[in-house]
Amino acid sequence: MDESLGMLGVPLAVLGGALRVSPPYLFVSLGECLTEKSGRVNLGLEGTLVMGAMSAYGVSYLSGSAWLGVLAAGGVGVLLGALHAWLCARQRVNDIAIGIALMLLGVGTAFFLGKPLIKPTAPRLPAFELGAWSDSPPLRAALEVNVLFAIGIALAFALRFALNRTRVGLLLRVAGESADSARAMGYDVLRIRAYATALGGFFAGIGGSFLSLYYPGSWNEGLSSGQGLMAVALVIFARWDPVRCLWASLLFGAAGALGPALQSVGVTGGYHLLNAAPYILTLAIMIATSSARRTLPGQPAELVSAR
Amino acid sequence: MTTTSIPAAQSPVTGRGPRFSRWPRAVSAGPRWEQVLVPALACALSLLLFGVFVALAGVNPLDVYREMYRGAFGTWFSFQNSLVRAAPLMLTALCTALPAHLGLIVIGGEGALVIGALGAAFAATLLGDASPFALLTAMALLGALSGAGWLGMVGALRSLRGVNETISSLLLNYVAISVFKQLVEGPLRDPASLNKPSTVPIGDANMLGNLPGMDVHYGLVYGLCACVLGFALMRRTVFGFSARMVGGNVRAALLSGISVHSRIVITCALAGAAGGLAGMIEVAAVHGSANASLIAGYGYAGILVAFLARQNPLAVIPIALLLGGINASGGLLQRSFELPDATVNVLQGILFVVILGSETLYGRWFKPAASPAPALPKIEPVLGEVA
Repeated sequence: MDESLGMLGVPLAVLGGALRVSPPYLFVSLGECLTEKSGRVNLGLEGTLVMGAMSAYGVSYLSGSAWLGVLAAGGVGVLLGALHAWLCARQRVNDIAIGIALMLLGVGTAFFLGKPLIKPTAPRLPAFELGAWSDSPPLRAALEVNVLFAIGIALAFALRFALNRTRVGLLLRVAGESADSARAMGYDVLRIRAYATALGGFFAGIGGSFLSLYYPGSWNEGLSSGQGLMAVALVIFARWDPVRCLWASLLFGAAGALGPALQSVGVTGGYHLLNAAPYILTLAIMIATSSARRTLPGQPAELVSAR
Repeated sequence: MTTTSIPAAQSPVTGRGPRFSRWPRAVSAGPRWEQVLVPALACALSLLLFGVFVALAGVNPLDVYREMYRGAFGTWFSFQNSLVRAAPLMLTALCTALPAHLGLIVIGGEGALVIGALGAAFAATLLGDASPFALLTAMALLGALSGAGWLGMVGALRSLRGVNETISSLLLNYVAISVFKQLVEGPLRDPASLNKPSTVPIGDANMLGNLPGMDVHYGLVYGLCACVLGFALMRRTVFGFSARMVGGNVRAALLSGISVHSRIVITCALAGAAGGLAGMIEVAAVHGSANASLIAGYGYAGILVAFLARQNPLAVIPIALLLGGINASGGLLQRSFELPDATVNVLQGILFVVILGSETLYGRWFKPAASPAPALPKIEPVLGEVA
């Protein structure tokens, strides 16, 4: 951060931070939103995110193309999502517990396979320079928007349209609201949920590729600070709407950027507590919006957490 | 998209109908041999999958198994090491296993451990000059209390506000670690700890001692006692019965006049107390002060132990020993085969996924004579994909 900006640098750093930090939240929450709309919770997206980050970095390093890395991350996400769906299709298998298990498995496997990737440098993703008109370097740095983020924004609107205005989206929502109705209509609920979970995994994997290929832009074991898990809470905050997921991700990104931004201007007191801001925010939102007497508005009725 | 509510069938407490949760149902279903056979099969399959995994990494799986056994239980030294690692696992497993009897999935063991360690270290800072016995008692009490408050909060939020306990306990893990770092690097920091922020050391004379004739600290006894007490509470007392009733059918529990609120809050608080105690023994027996190295993932491994033990507090004891052994063998695997330290995490992940997947096998080979509930008629898709 440029010293000359002084305290004015804080809102700028928060804005820049929101633009840089929020894309993983956005992709994971879009994936989770889709999965939950079909009536299933996938808590394993944290594992998918880390696996995606690792495989994106590895493929990008080996092939020299960052976009191939993004694709690989999506592919790994599909596999993990399909594994979740396949296991949950068995009788008496709890989707929340399987999610926790896949989270541990995904993170462990990523650390195992990613060990040789800590040192080398892989090609990174390109970015739009929205601040090119300005002479101020901090402003230019803050307004760098990654291509993947732009895709994510478009995806949020596309998903809302698809869920609310298309036949496939309607089917997905039927599976999430009333499995019996979907069955009575002659559709295979488990298959619908499997597709939704796999596609959700695809998005989460791409979110991971953003972590390793753009910001922070390298692979190490502390890459994810639980974004995959917070995205699950974020979907609740966004009331299961993809576009609201976008706003919520920006808010979470900004909350996460507050600590480092204040530290850069010399305010160091409460640094760790400020880092916890996104978690506390999530919890506060959940406390404020939950109710003991009714399910949340917009919550798919088939979710285990709705019962 | 409207809220589905059936007022007559809705419980005034949770707002949920009779489908509150069927999670712990399987705990007591089926004959005993099935309860042993299925996890054993799952463990065997996990080892097989893990073998394939390390074989792909270019290491002979048979060698890996042998080294793991050697590193976990093969020698007296490694066995004691496994026991030391099993002690906190028993306690953090209870964080998940006790609320599971109510149908709740609480995964806040890590947070309870960290906050318990903080409470214990705080007690030690306050009573620096007290006798070892008084000091350790105060540490255990304050550690357990702070853990109880931490997870009791999860229970209270669940029963009063309907906040999903899985997600809130998970978020509180992160909050706990932040609070811990803030306090250990701030007000509670020992000025003498330069490179690694820690609280004031409790002193060698005040450390929790070793069991006679062993290199294993007394924390193991805490863990064993907590598991036995947890089992007795849940299976042999009126409180435990009413708690399991809440887990089985919350409406029936309410109609019988059971206070569902208090069962949820008390059970979660007890679970937190166990986790807090785990933090206390990490401070009082292993590290000597509260610092970042006690955030070692015991809370998350405890979730795995609880699920492997099928939420049975007594079964937690051998499973914690097994997992403690797997963790202890990690270092040896690293040295002998140059495998990454995450190798044991991969095995744990595989084990966890396979065990949960094996849940579906119960009742496959043995059908209870009197079926408790008639199976719902399954509607086959008639029109397939054409409709």
